[in-house]
Order: sequence, then structure tokens, then C-alpha cells
Amino acid sequence: MFIINCPYCGEREQSEFKAGGEAHIVRPKQPTELSDDEWAEYLFMRKNIKGIQFERWVHTHGCRKWFNMVRDTSNDEIKAVYKMGEKPPAK
Amino acid sequence: MRNKYSLFSLVKNAFSYHENWGKAWKDPEPKSEYDAIIIGGGGHGLATAYYLAKKHDMKNIAVVEKGWIGGGNTGRNTTIIRSNYLWDASAGLYDHALKIWEGLSQELNYNVMFSQRGVMNLAHNLQDVRDLKRRTHANRLNGIDAVYLNTEEVKKFCPIINTSPNIRYPVLGGTLQRRAGTARHDAVAWGYARGADEMGVDIIQNCEVKGIKRNRDGVEGIETTKGFIKTKKIGVVAAGHSSVIANMAGLRLPLESKPLQALVSEPVKPIIDTVVMSNAVHAYVSQSDKGELVIGAGTDDYVSYSQKGSHDIVEGTLNAILELYPIFSRMKMLRQWGGIVDICPDASPIISKTSVKGLYFNCGWGTGGFKATPGSGDLFAHTIANDEPHKLNSAFNINRFVSGDLVDEHGAAAVAH
Repeated sequence: MFIINCPYCGEREQSEFKAGGEAHIVRPKQPTELSDDEWAEYLFMRKNIKGIQFERWVHTHGCRKWFNMVRDTSNDEIKAVYKMGEKPPAK
Repeated sequence: MRNKYSLFSLVKNAFSYHENWGKAWKDPEPKSEYDAIIIGGGGHGLATAYYLAKKHDMKNIAVVEKGWIGGGNTGRNTTIIRSNYLWDASAGLYDHALKIWEGLSQELNYNVMFSQRGVMNLAHNLQDVRDLKRRTHANRLNGIDAVYLNTEEVKKFCPIINTSPNIRYPVLGGTLQRRAGTARHDAVAWGYARGADEMGVDIIQNCEVKGIKRNRDGVEGIETTKGFIKTKKIGVVAAGHSSVIANMAGLRLPLESKPLQALVSEPVKPIIDTVVMSNAVHAYVSQSDKGELVIGAGTDDYVSYSQKGSHDIVEGTLNAILELYPIFSRMKMLRQWGGIVDICPDASPIISKTSVKGLYFNCGWGTGGFKATPGSGDLFAHTIANDEPHKLNSAFNINRFVSGDLVDEHGAAAVAH
């Protein structure tokens, strides 16, 4: 369990949030032209990184807004939090 | 067998105060080359090595493990064994394992304490009732024993369950698989390690894989903390760390690794002689031979390799346990821990070849891999030895995420994922 600094509400307990998986997966611009392999890559394949991971979270039991987070998945340490649409912080 | 365990050997060793038992397995340094290397010395990996040596005559093989054998999810699960899955492919896979479990202690000459005490799955709402009845019929069509119990029959089978209609999620019924049960998790790893070692398999502990060397034709070997080891076949059975190994080979897998928690209570006298699982409220409980209540909690929804989970997950599980079993209200919990489980989008495993020749993956078991240990090892060994899947694991190939032919066991397996 950890404390998350929601960019809209400030510090709250992690149990108020839901994780939304890997961030910055770009939706295909031309879905009709994708091969099955490319669909599989987009829909199912994940980096699942042990270390610094960029991911999406939502403040379900709060402002209900989505935002991005940079977190070290090996020890759950949160490195940065930033709003949707903002540029991810440089490493 | 060098050190056959028997009543005779027990008596013989009693004379020397049990101080002269032989080692169950050697602790060798890696050779420079093997015919095949298994990455991951948990139950599944050791079973794979055992069946490679036993059924496919591949004796020049090694199991490399970054920690100690059975120290990962094999030593962290709640030891439940059952095969009452909905879909035909899953039923075939898990019942194959259950059939091996039934003779495993004899085969390994090692007591894995397999106890067919039955597993009961509870229904708490009308949809649960419909789903569980459907699954019972599906199980029977696949030759798997399953019965549906009404509330009175549930109470009769496990008298300490609170079947009052006035609780938040009342017990409306349940299914029972009598052939299901539990086994001693460490003993499974140790038994397979001993059996594999006996046939010449090198079990190399404290040896972490740092890289996979490959060329255009396939794999060449692995870089480890004990140096480079050459091989043409690599079987990866690394559970939560499967993606880490896949990344070393330049592959991506459809997995997310998440913490799954379990906890045990202080030991008490026998109070529950079966395994009771409740999907809707997420409360799994059984009692170990030492007398501890073994309780399975849920997974967190975020990716983590930290082997610890959130407190609120444990709290939710204990709330449910207390409502179903008011008698446990003053039990003290002794230990709590987390294991990192690799979850597939369809909650079914991958036992498959990959696009890299000589590289095989056995992963994605998610929250329920322990029950499949013997079958998983057997089928993965077949896949590695023949470079082709067995018919029982052909549905569990990695290409199903491209073809869309998923084995969707989310909910269908009667557990929450």
C-alpha cells in the first residue's frame, strides 16, 4: 500500500485509486488496415517492466479523473505523477 | 533409487539419530553446455526437468534458479488442487494434472501429502447459482466429478459455515469436487528435485539469468551470475518474472505481473476438513496439517514485483471470512505474504513454442498454477522435447492472442481473478 499524490486532489491512500495499466499505448490511426499480429500487439502485449514503468491510474473514489504515473515496480516507489496529455518527465 | 525412502530406511536412520540421511539432491556448479536448460526452479520447472529426463530421455539438462528451489510462488500459494474448470481445453489440462497428483507420492517416492479432502465453491447470488450449475454439468460431460449442493447440503458438508439468510452475501448453494484437495507445496518441489537429480539433472541454485544469447537461427545460451552456459533449448518457467526473461530475448508477452497475497493463522485443532472457496466475496480457506488456517486473498490491480500487496486486499478477504465463519472471529493471523503472479488477458496459461527457435515459455498461470504443477511439467517437457505441443496444451499456445481463439477462464473457472 502506498500514498498517491493525485494531481487534482493531493495525497490520498492508494485504495482510493484503480490502476489502468501501461500508459502511452497509442491507439492505431488506421484500425482497418491493421494485421492480426499488429492487433495482438496493441491489445494484449505488454512491457510488464520490472523497474521504471509509465502507467495510468484513476482516482475512482475521489475526483474520478485519469492521470499518469511513473513508478518503480520493483519496490512500488512513485517517481512522478502528471496529468493526461502532459509530456512524461524525462528520466 | 540411491536413497529410497521407506519404513525400513526410517528405522535404520533412527539408530544414528537421523544424522546420516543422504542429500536429496546435489548442488553442482554449471557445466559449459547442456542439451536443454530450464529457467526457474519452482514446482513447474522442476517437474519439467523431471519429465524431460524420465519420459524423453534428456538427461544432460539443468534447472537454473536465482534463489533457492521452491522459494517463489511454489512456497507462497494456498496449495489448492482441483480441476473443475468450465472450458474443455482447461478441463483437459487441469484434470491431466489431477490424475498425476493421485499417484505422485508413489511415483516420486516422496510424500507430497496429497489430500483429496474436496473443494467446495460457494454461490452467493442467483447468477452464481446458474454459473455453478452450468459448470457442474460441463465438468460431468468432461468426465470430471462434480456435484451441486443446496444450502443445507453445504452446511452438512462444512458445518462451521454461516448459512443464515440474513448475512450480506448469503450462501445459496455450492459445488463440490471430491477428488480435489490440497498438497504440501514444498514437498512437491523437493520431490521433483530429488527425482530429477537422481536421473542426472543439474539443479543449480543461486544462479540468476542475466541475458539470453540468440542469433537468427535460434538460441545459443544464457548469461548467468555463474557465467555463460551454452544450450540449444531453453524452457522458461519463471512465473511473475516471465516478462523479464522475455525482454532479454527481445520478445513481448501478453502478461501483467501482480501481487497475490495469502495469510495463515495461528495453529488450532482440526476445525475445517475441506477447502472452501467463495468467488463472490473472495474468501478461500482450508486448514494445513499443522493446524493453521490457510487463507487466500486477492490480487492487487497494479503491476508490481515487490512481493507485497495492499492492506485493504487482506482486510476485504478477512471481512468475508468473518461473515462466513463467525467462529474464526478471535483467531490471530500469524503471517502474511505476497507472490508475484503473471496474469494473461484470458486467465489461462501459455505452454508454448515462441517465434524464436529453441525458446519455450510456460507462463501465465496467474493466480492458480500450483494445482497444475505435475501436468504442466509433463506437457511442457513434451513440447520442449518434440518441438511440438501435446494435444492437451495445443490450445494454450501463444498464437491464440493473434488468432483470437482465447480460453476465457475469467470467472468461468469459478474463482475471481
